[in-house]
Parts: sequence; structure tokens; C-alpha cells
Amino acid sequence: MGSGTDTEPVVELEAVTKRYGAVEAVRGITLRIDAGEVVAMLGPNGAGKTTSVGLMVGLRAPSSGAVRLFGLPPTDRRARSRAGVMLQESGTTGVLTTREIVALFGHYYPAPMPPEQALALAGLTDKADARIGTLSGGQRQRLYFALAVCGNPDVLFLDEPTVAMDVEARRAFVASVHTLAGQGKTVVFTTHYLREAEETARRIVVIDRGVVIADASPRELMARVAAKRVAFSVAGALPGGVFEGLAVTALEASNGHVRFLTNEPEAVLRALFARGVELRDLEVAGADLEDAFLSLTRRGDAA
Amino acid sequence: MLLAQTRSDFRMRWRLPAFSLTSLALPILFFTFFGLPFARNTLPSGVSEGAYLLASFAAYAVGNVMVYGFGIGVAVERGQKIDLLLRATPLPPGVAIAAKVLTALIFSLFSISALIVYGVIAGGIHQGVATWVNVIVRLLAGSLPLVGLGFAIGYSVGPNAAPAVANLVYLPLAFASGLFMPMSQLPGFVQRIGPYLPVYHYGQLAWGAVGAPAEPLGVSLAWLAGYTALFMLIALRAYRREESRKFA
Repeated sequence: MGSGTDTEPVVELEAVTKRYGAVEAVRGITLRIDAGEVVAMLGPNGAGKTTSVGLMVGLRAPSSGAVRLFGLPPTDRRARSRAGVMLQESGTTGVLTTREIVALFGHYYPAPMPPEQALALAGLTDKADARIGTLSGGQRQRLYFALAVCGNPDVLFLDEPTVAMDVEARRAFVASVHTLAGQGKTVVFTTHYLREAEETARRIVVIDRGVVIADASPRELMARVAAKRVAFSVAGALPGGVFEGLAVTALEASNGHVRFLTNEPEAVLRALFARGVELRDLEVAGADLEDAFLSLTRRGDAA
Repeated sequence: MLLAQTRSDFRMRWRLPAFSLTSLALPILFFTFFGLPFARNTLPSGVSEGAYLLASFAAYAVGNVMVYGFGIGVAVERGQKIDLLLRATPLPPGVAIAAKVLTALIFSLFSISALIVYGVIAGGIHQGVATWVNVIVRLLAGSLPLVGLGFAIGYSVGPNAAPAVANLVYLPLAFASGLFMPMSQLPGFVQRIGPYLPVYHYGQLAWGAVGAPAEPLGVSLAWLAGYTALFMLIALRAYRREESRKFA
């Protein structure tokens, strides 16, 4: 609501870099997020996700490049009035009740939602009158979610929203994001869970070492990511060129142990048998996020 | 927005006994020990020593709220990263600070009103209501340098050091400025240093209001304005330093 007929992007990053002393946390990110998108920023710890969100919400200034929120500098009050933010590292007073602080944050925004609605979205209705100091880690995380949505903003920035949440809370969070997306809100969140990004977002931006290494829909991304890790042992040395023409990445072979990633484990194994490889201790497992990154970055190197 | 922020700031302070109880009870406790025994004496100037000391402790009470409230409060907020989330909201920083100052003024008003009612009754001090209203108005209006001192401490030191630093700064200041006992009873070297201290000139506001000999109001205000500028400058520098570390 309130976004009018404009087609201006919600978030715009143009060749943005961010340096902390000698460390370059963001090394040239260009990104455009439009109204109504649900975007997951996926990456391992230290990839530059939190810094990217900090830049988008104006808590950090870029070392070079330009950042715009609704076409304005992110520190502009008009832009901030349309953004709800949940940070990974922030605190709040322990002596107010959950309802009191949600109502207070609502006052900062031009058209907030009723505190009860924000508490319901966050699944905190039964903790409305509890002092914040008595909340568990997961409940506190839900409170920060309530604080992010209570102003009824057009865009939500959520940095690692599901950290410290149990399975139940995580499921409720995914449902809440779907609800908000259904209302046309833009949602940008960071995570290092591939599955969470896949379930929640319609677009996944993969960040590694400060650059975007993939930007695609979950389906496209899963197709590009090698989904299985294959490992086995061989008795003797591998014949040379045995992997010739096979769809494998991140191949490692040493001391008789062979590991690689592939989307077609059956076809690859059939080919290996046909080429006379005597393999033992075969393991085929779903690739984890680390594997997914490995295959994405390898693919990037090859291109 | 300012109203909502002030209301919730007040709630937060009120629910912290470490703050609300000390700011309300400590001045009454100190006046009981240092003021009541001399309440029925008359000073050489002809002013009731009770009225003089009650005015002194009222000045102490406001400083207590300002220096501890801002000094410790701001340091703790920084330590717990409460400021981080607020910064990402549309709340203008000026409103956040104004709400803190308003809350501290309300607490100061409570604190000195309770102290004065207690002192007048327990000490049998006879001064008109108008005199005490004048004391309250002057002390609240002149409290800006103490606000500045509180902010300077709050932005300069960490949450663990803040209570110690606030005590080390404010208690000697209050003593050497004649708030706990008249200047004339302090050691000679303290009597020579006192007139250069901000709290000494703050005390003058209260002493003048109860008819004790005091420097001209304009002189006090000039000193206080100078110290306000100095403390605000220190606070601003510390704030900027943190700013560039946290948000650059």
C-alpha cells in the first residue's frame, strides 16, 4: 500500500563497495529490487550479507558507489518511514512490555498497524503483556520481527530473521512473510539456509566474499547448483581422463578417495562403471549449502 | 511522537529502581544526615540554615538525576545496542534526545518536590511557597550544563565504567561546590577551587532564591552557559567518534 503507481525500484545498489579498514566486505554489488519482490540474500557467514543490508537501510555508508531506497538516500526520513528493519545485532530495553514497545515503534511511522496485529503476525499475542526481559531468545527474535512490521512499511529488511528460532517458529515466520508478500510488500531477508531461501523467496541473490555470484529464482538456482555430492574409494590409481565429458564439479581425487558434485549422479556413475572404475564405499548425499557454493563458484571460475 | 517517546522513556526509568529509587530517596536521605541537624540554626547572613541547606540539596537532587540518568543511561543504551535499532527507524534523533531531557526534567521535578515537602515539614523551615516555587523553576531552567555533563559521560565511557565515572565526577563536584555543607566549612584549597566549578554556580541559583548571599544571577547564568557549551562539545565529539566507528 501507499506505493502509488511508481515503477521506481525499492532498492538500488550501483557498483557499491564497503571497506572496513583493510577488509573489503562488499566488493562491487549492483542490485535492483522492485516493489513486491521477496528476495533472499543467501551466503555463508562473512559473505557480506549483513553489510549489504546495513547499506540498504542507511546504517552504513558505502565506500564507493550509490545506494538508494525509494529513490532517496536510505538515511532520508521519508525513505525510512516506508521501511521496517530487523537487525541481527541490536538490543532493546527489558523493562517495557512487548505490547508497549510495539505501540511505541508504531508511533515512529505515519500509518502504523494496530499493535495487536503486529504481535499476531509475529506470533506473540500470548506474550503481549510480558516484560521484554522475560522473553526467550526465540521470542525476542519474534519481537524484533513485530517491531519491523508494526509501522506497516512498504519494504521489510530482515537480517538473519530465523536465528534462534525453533522449527515451529521458523515455519510461522515463513507463513508471515508469505502473508506480507500477498499484501504486496517487498521483503528482503538474509539467511544461510538454502532451504529457507527456497521456501520463502521468489528470488535468491547469492553472495560470496562480497560479490553477487548468482541472482535467480529458486528453481533456476537449484537447477544450476549441483544437488548431489558423490564420494567413493578406488583400489588403485584412477585411469587418466576417466571424468572426460562428465557433468561433475569440485572434483577432488587423492589417496584413493574421490569426491565431486553433480546434478546427474546416476548418469555419471553409469559412465564410470562403463569406463571400468572399480569403486567401493559409494556415498551419494544431498549437497549442503557449502557444496552449493562450491559448485556455483567453480562454475563462475570456468565461465 | 515526542509525547509517546517521553511516556515510554518515563516508564522505562520508573521501572528501574536503581534509577527511580536513588533519584527520589537519596536526596532525602542525605538531607536527613547533613541538613536536618542544622535546620533550626541561622546563618551569619540571617538566613535560616535549614532553608539554605534544603536549597543546596535540591540542587544536588537535580544534578543527581541529570548526571546519573544520562551518564549511566546513555552508556548502557550504547552497550546494549539499543541505539542501533532506533537509528534504522524514522524517529528523528532530536526527538529521542528531547524525550530523554523531558523525562529527566519530570524526574527532577518529582525529586525536588518530594525533598522540599519533606524538608519543610521535618525541619520546621518557614519560607513561603513562592520561594520554593522559585527554587524549583530556577533549578530546572538552569539544569542544562548538568544535562551536558551527563551526555558527555554517557557518550565517552562504557556501560560498566559509567556508574563509577559518574560518581567520581559528580560527588566531588557537589562537595566542592558547597552543596553538602556551606562553602565556609570546607578546607581552604577547596574554597579557592569551588568558584570555578559549574555546580557552584548552579547552587547559586538556589541560594539566591532563598535569600542567602549569592552572586548576581547574570554571572551564574554566564558561567552555566559556558559550561553547557563545553560539556555539549565534549559529548558531541564523543558521539561523533562513536558514529564514525559504528556507522561509517
